[in-house]
Amino acid sequence: MKSIKQFGQYSLLLYQALRSVLEFSTYRKNLFSEFVKVGYESIPIIILTGFFTGAVLTLQTAYQLDTDLYPVSIVGSIVGQSILIELAAVIGGLVLAGKVGARISTELGTMRVSEQIDALESMGFNSVTFLVVPRVLAGICMFPILYITAASMGITGGIIAGALDGILPSAEFMIGARAFFYPEDVVFGMLKSIVFGFVITSIACYKGYYAFGGAEGVGNATTQATVLGCIFVILTDFILAVVLL
Amino acid sequence: MIEIKNLTKSFGRNLIWKDVSFKIEDGETVAVIGKSGCGKSVLLKHLNALLYPDSGKVIIDGQDMFCLSYSELRKMRQRFGILFQGAALFDSISTFENIAFPLRYFTDQSEEEIRENVNRALEMVNLEGAGDKSTSSLSGGMRKRVGVARAIILKPQYLLYDEPTSGLDPQTSDEINELIVHMADSLDITSIVITHDMHSVLNIAEKVAFLNNQQLCWFGTVEDMQESDQPDLVEFITASEYQIKKDKN
Repeated sequence: MKSIKQFGQYSLLLYQALRSVLEFSTYRKNLFSEFVKVGYESIPIIILTGFFTGAVLTLQTAYQLDTDLYPVSIVGSIVGQSILIELAAVIGGLVLAGKVGARISTELGTMRVSEQIDALESMGFNSVTFLVVPRVLAGICMFPILYITAASMGITGGIIAGALDGILPSAEFMIGARAFFYPEDVVFGMLKSIVFGFVITSIACYKGYYAFGGAEGVGNATTQATVLGCIFVILTDFILAVVLL
Repeated sequence: MIEIKNLTKSFGRNLIWKDVSFKIEDGETVAVIGKSGCGKSVLLKHLNALLYPDSGKVIIDGQDMFCLSYSELRKMRQRFGILFQGAALFDSISTFENIAFPLRYFTDQSEEEIRENVNRALEMVNLEGAGDKSTSSLSGGMRKRVGVARAIILKPQYLLYDEPTSGLDPQTSDEINELIVHMADSLDITSIVITHDMHSVLNIAEKVAFLNNQQLCWFGTVEDMQESDQPDLVEFITASEYQIKKDKN
């Protein structure tokens, strides 16, 4: 029963946000600041995660395919496609559910319990337009850019790890990666990242916007936003794989 | 004029109050008093529809707040200024920007005009030169003053104060009380003050609404309150720190 109520409340919040998305002048300033917070400030963690995901995947794939049955360049094919279709979007999504989701829910939760959201409403602002719309839009716009960063760094990590370990020259890696490169894979990965960006930021906004109960309430909202963000990244990843692959 | 008609509110099965009705005339300062947890702040949040009742009306100059569309409500809310209990200042921006915030979004004023208006508001609350300070560096009393400056910046018709002196020392409380009286006199504002501080009530209010036992227990002038024999009101007054010496003769 509680879940149904929460889903209704979440849907209503999204409906209010959608209705006010054309009031650009209200959230213009916040939108650019959210682009920086969601996108630019997430680049270091995305570079780190993407690079080492690609590096480890290359080493493990080479270890598992340590046989003369396949050409060594197949490692590049497997790593390249895995990163583009799945890992750059999903690992990035899970990391950002923690970084971006936690920040948004804590920020809005603190504003809620300290009556700053009430203050906005009492001045005549639509607090949903002002607070929720720019955060969700930033998620939708910035996650694809972060996906591209993660994918580029993943492939770079794979090339470097293979070359340093001596198991796979970079030229062989690229031959393999190019042989099975399909532009649709990138489109699929970007589509996933857009969905993840929406899911993570909208859940975090919902949890923060309706937080209650002081510091403990904000803590609970942040925990729930992060956990739900991760769960829904995995769920939507599965649904998209079933529908689109 | 604000008319509160048969207002009833509950949260789930917990009844806050029922059938609350009273009128606030233009230019009056009304104090809403009652024990902690009796729903004073909840009542305040109904006055500009931050909360909606189970039943009843709040009529502002002939318009029922709860029947307005959201866009009409947003315009109506600009006729109110609110000082929240913790001042509710935006902690990501400076004191100056907190006060300038409504001007930037709801007026076409130039940067020069905004600066002039904010400085004037800071002067009114005796905080000249404090504009550059971050809100986290302000004391409790200063936060409340900045909250008042932000509340009056759009020249509202009604000013709502939620526990303006709570958590402040007696001297700062007196300064805030003086500020409330000064605001009401100089800006000709209708003020509604939520408090349980009888010292404040005697200094600032013309009328008093007493919430008790989930209803409006008593409503009248401060002078009548001091003469009242209503047992709950007498108990509340005598239990407060500030003892009112009544001349029963």
